[in-house]
Amino acid sequence: MNPRRLWAVARKEGLHIRRDPRSLILAIGIPMLMIILFGFALTVDVDHVPLVAWDQSGTAASREFLAQFTGSRYFDFQGIVAGYPELERAIDRRDAYLGLVIPPEFSARLDAGRPAEVQAIIDGSDSNTAAIVLGYAQAVTGGFNQRVALAQVRRLAGSPPVPPLDLRPRVWFNADLESKNFIIPGLIAVIMGLIAALLTSLTIAREWERGTMEQLISTPVKASELIVGKLVPYFVIGMLDVLIAVLMAVFLFHVPLRGSVPLLFATAALFIVGTLAQGILISIIARGQLLASQIAMVSTFLPAFLLSGFMFAIPNMPVPVQAITYIVPARYFVALVKGIYQRGVGLGVLWADAIFLAVFAAVVLGLAVLRFKKRLA
Amino acid sequence: MGERILTMLRKEFIQVFRDPRMRMVILGVPVIQCLIFGYAVTMDVRHVRLVVVDHDGTPATRALIARFTGSDYFDAVASTDDETRARRLIDAAEASAILQIDAGFSADLAAGRTAAVQLVVDGSDSNTARMVLNYSATIVSGYGNAVLVDRAGRQTGRTLSTGAVDLRSRAWFNENLESRNYFVPGIMAVLVMLVTLMLTGMAIVREKEVGTIEQIMVTPIRPVEFILGKCAPFVVIGFIDVLLVTAVGVFWFEIPIRGSLLLLLASTALYLMSTLGIGLFISTVSSTQQQAMMTTFFFFFPAMLLSGFIYPIANMPAAVQWLTFVNPLRYYLIIIRGVFLKGIGADLLWPQMAALFVLGLGVLTFAVKRFHKTLA
Repeated sequence: MNPRRLWAVARKEGLHIRRDPRSLILAIGIPMLMIILFGFALTVDVDHVPLVAWDQSGTAASREFLAQFTGSRYFDFQGIVAGYPELERAIDRRDAYLGLVIPPEFSARLDAGRPAEVQAIIDGSDSNTAAIVLGYAQAVTGGFNQRVALAQVRRLAGSPPVPPLDLRPRVWFNADLESKNFIIPGLIAVIMGLIAALLTSLTIAREWERGTMEQLISTPVKASELIVGKLVPYFVIGMLDVLIAVLMAVFLFHVPLRGSVPLLFATAALFIVGTLAQGILISIIARGQLLASQIAMVSTFLPAFLLSGFMFAIPNMPVPVQAITYIVPARYFVALVKGIYQRGVGLGVLWADAIFLAVFAAVVLGLAVLRFKKRLA
Repeated sequence: MGERILTMLRKEFIQVFRDPRMRMVILGVPVIQCLIFGYAVTMDVRHVRLVVVDHDGTPATRALIARFTGSDYFDAVASTDDETRARRLIDAAEASAILQIDAGFSADLAAGRTAAVQLVVDGSDSNTARMVLNYSATIVSGYGNAVLVDRAGRQTGRTLSTGAVDLRSRAWFNENLESRNYFVPGIMAVLVMLVTLMLTGMAIVREKEVGTIEQIMVTPIRPVEFILGKCAPFVVIGFIDVLLVTAVGVFWFEIPIRGSLLLLLASTALYLMSTLGIGLFISTVSSTQQQAMMTTFFFFFPAMLLSGFIYPIANMPAAVQWLTFVNPLRYYLIIIRGVFLKGIGADLLWPQMAALFVLGLGVLTFAVKRFHKTLA
């Protein structure tokens, strides 16, 4: 590789970018805007779930049961309803998310030491939220049952018993359980992966389509010089984007960054080289810009979003789909970013992801150079 | 006029379908993506990987641990006495929770004291952590009650039973709380938007960039005819894609389709009005394909994230919620989920359909007006 020719290509590509200020502004502005917008907008915290109840029992016991719910910060009590139709309407209109139906024989059954069935009716269409809400409801019910059991044992056995077990939970890494603490670092990875691939996916296709490629071919520039040279200016933009994103996460959103900052940037550099090379490879394969952009969108955006473990946990996926995630570079970077941001772990734990990322970058870059050579001939 | 549009249509169809790779992108890729992503989008928190640290090692602790591992919710991935090893498993994200029981647990229980159970939860994914906390609280209180009853029984010499509330959940619309049923219709809506938006946005800009648009403009074709001819193939492609991904959802993933397919298709037509209109608009404000692609992405990414596809709109700040009102995907998602899961009809979905129609009409008119100007 001749550094002078490499530099010439890099300069030429840099000029291209400079002369198209709108694309440059988009390349830097989009990530910023998105992190601001999504950082504020995207949460999956489930709090203050609106709740209605149909209390057919209307006794002290049933009111105490409901009080357990209304006293919890997870539920917002919306009032008592007088039957199924009203409860159904409340759920249909989304005034309530959970409806509790307490049977008439509620306290009689409890007093007799028998189980009393309470129906929890929930809008299950958003299964994730529904599962969390049902989890809260089960936990609240468990607490109520314990009180009932204690009171009854006290009455029967005479002596005041103590609760036999005390669960002492500790939450590591994210004590307040705020979803922004995992969404924002993941978002940085997804946005960067996408921007990087988009930036380069058209560069080679454009030269072919406009006919300037023939001019380039006639120069002594080699395939590797052309490709690496084209990467350089975009790499600078990509790292600038990462810097801005990391600064915003820390200072605007107060997402704690527990791990090593140099490690974060080193792995980000690997990731950006890999995805930029992926974009160039797409560009080489597709030749046309329309096709190149379609492939870039299809092969980077949705996989980075859905198959990276950013929102949907990879261990939950079926094995063949898990296998596919190994060729999604965002998968490794999301794991790295989450590890560095939240758990504060270093290469001792994350080495495998870092190596995969390096291998991905090398392989894709090599492929791009190989594929391109053939076309020059 | 009809004849000129037909010629234009033929040219467009030939152009789009000539390239076999393009055919693949339009017809094959949405199906493949729908298949892969359909499997990927599960949020069901079951089988949480649990590390057990049992320093007591008595029948009582084993019974408690069995309640955890016997439930659907937890899988014991390791059992160790070494707390640093447990910690490392959490650090490496190979486990999400540690159940730790200290020595003296059984002695406390036998003496009628309160015995402590420690639970460490990896909070990095806050929702999973919440579920783990709730499941554990339910399991521990259930075990506590069993101990309580047992203890009282021994004290009084007879078998007791205490009353307990049995919470029976009934989830409407999605009985088994399958996250796939919720997300796969969403993926369909997203894929259709992506394909149509990109194609329209890029197709006209390409003519501009390559310079063929001037050749077209010297023909007697009128701008309206040009736009109609340009968009019609994408309408067709949009419908084909909707049918394809719907078939994947219904026949492969067995997502119930409870409502009317006809209503879904009618709404799709309204939805395509907006996506094509936006694509057209993008093509009028872009002069190169690179710009068109960046602009498309600039629109598509927020449209997807601020639609309720994954992140509930109700959780967003009020200002952002207002922004979602101009997002066609938001309305189409409500319709497609309503038709699939809830089986509701136009009587309930008309506001969304009306919104799509108004949005589509507005965007299309605006785009066509701008298009006239850019040509003039």
